[in-house]
Amino acid sequence: MIANSFEYSAPGSLKEALALLAEGAKPLAGGMSLIPMMKLRLANPEHLVDIGRLPELNYIREENGELHIGAGVTHFEVESSPLLLGKCPLIAETAAHIGDIQVRNRGTIGGSVAHADPSADYPAALHALDAKIVLVSGEGTRTLSTEEFFLDTFTTALEPGEIVSEVIVPVDAGLTGTSYQKFLQPASGFAIVGAAARVRQEGGKFTLVRVGMTGLSGNAYRARNVEDALVGKEVTDANIQAAAALVADGQDASSDLHATAEYRAHLAGAYTARALRAALARSA
Amino acid sequence: MRTINVSVNGTKHSHEVEPRMLLIHYLREVIGLTGTHMGCETSLCGACTIEVNGKAVKSCTMFAVQADGAEILTIEGLAAPDGTLHPIQDAFWTEHALQCGFCTPGMIMITKQILERNPNPTEHEIREGLDGNLCRCTGYQHIVNAVRTASLHRDALASLPKAGA
Ligand SMILES: Cc1cc2nc3c(=O)[nH]c(=O)nc-3n(C[C@H](O)[C@H](O)[C@H](O)COP(=O)(O)OP(=O)(O)OC[C@H]3O[C@@H](n4cnc5c(N)ncnc54)[C@H](O)[C@@H]3O)c2cc1C
Ligand code: FES
Ligand code: FES
Repeated sequence: MIANSFEYSAPGSLKEALALLAEGAKPLAGGMSLIPMMKLRLANPEHLVDIGRLPELNYIREENGELHIGAGVTHFEVESSPLLLGKCPLIAETAAHIGDIQVRNRGTIGGSVAHADPSADYPAALHALDAKIVLVSGEGTRTLSTEEFFLDTFTTALEPGEIVSEVIVPVDAGLTGTSYQKFLQPASGFAIVGAAARVRQEGGKFTLVRVGMTGLSGNAYRARNVEDALVGKEVTDANIQAAAALVADGQDASSDLHATAEYRAHLAGAYTARALRAALARSA
Repeated sequence: MRTINVSVNGTKHSHEVEPRMLLIHYLREVIGLTGTHMGCETSLCGACTIEVNGKAVKSCTMFAVQADGAEILTIEGLAAPDGTLHPIQDAFWTEHALQCGFCTPGMIMITKQILERNPNPTEHEIREGLDGNLCRCTGYQHIVNAVRTASLHRDALASLPKAGA
């Protein structure tokens, strides 16, 4: 399994990289999705720009109550970052669910969101976190919500010549409880369904609820119907159960050899309820 | 073609390679270190696991050009120059953690990373750590036992060779 021939550039700065991308080159980050596709010749880029080594894309920092994660940060760095573990545990917990040690050592958050695999783990958590995705090109930068960014299966709002430069998540520890619950396909490790939940309660009522779902259909999504069914309601297990059962409504559930559409939809409800319960147990 | 400079098990190498050459092919065919095995070629089995700058990676899923400037450690770099086995190799030996041995280089390299990050793992943590490595022979229990046995040799592990050391 040898990829087609290609030209390889390893620019020393983001500016140089963007200039090459503007000419039609394709970014290579951790290579954990792109290289397997190139070996199968499902992807045949003529020119790869290695952005995986750019120090300018490799940082995790706190600014004005938000956490900025550079696109080049690996899944292992997210999973083990003391800053993220302390201030946004959901993103660290989700990263730890991705693939295996070797994949987490190479794969990056920017590559994962840009690839937009319908079973990828991060998108569920990013929807639940009200995350922002920052895009940069030679023309400038723009900041999108997750719903504006993730458009469809393997399809995002990225324009040619544009890359993801960072992902912004909120400082979220304290009153908010979060959890990511994944039902995985044991051979590949990818999610059959993955549910991310984020809740806050006050006086026995839900005051904030966010639910992100991956794996169920062609695109990860924010389950606003589940959120709306819970906000303002009493914190009871019956309410959680009833709201979680709505998660697959209106979705075109995928069917494959690992799970039929009906089974996936069932799992989506069950894992949403689990994620909500676990998040609740962690909220103050 | 592109020139790459790497250090493999402490020895410096410089070669012209095609960008599409996989790191495992570079190690096996250009440098001649055949201890790293190609199992699945599809990023799933972990037989090709090596260390690049101290991080365990699947060398079938990396281009050699991406390793330019890196310190690489392969299974050949673990035993002492006089042939004394590394404590992890020794643990695999004493626990009978291999049958055909095809997966073993990768298993040993991932064990090194597991124990560096968590010197005293539970059985569950060991099994999670071995997630990216497949063995078709042993049924895993003896491998898990070997990782645990290796973890008991703390002092010996403290003197583990580092990539490029
Ligand atoms: C064995 C295995 C198991 C896996 N299991 C899981 C899993 O359980 N869950 C999961 O979520 N993922 C899983 N993955 C995928 C993994 O998370 C990848 O790391 C991720 O999908 C891509 O990130 P990367 O940095 O490797 O990107 P690459 O493979 O380098 O790139 C992927 C795509 O994104 C583009 N790209 C990369 N970076 C950027 C950027 N900053 N801006 C714009 N475009 C960019 C590339 O051009 C390419 O099209 C697995 C992969 C493997 C090999
Ligand atoms: S040969 Fe690299 S993972 Fe199987
Ligand atoms: S010992 Fe044969 S594959 Fe593991």
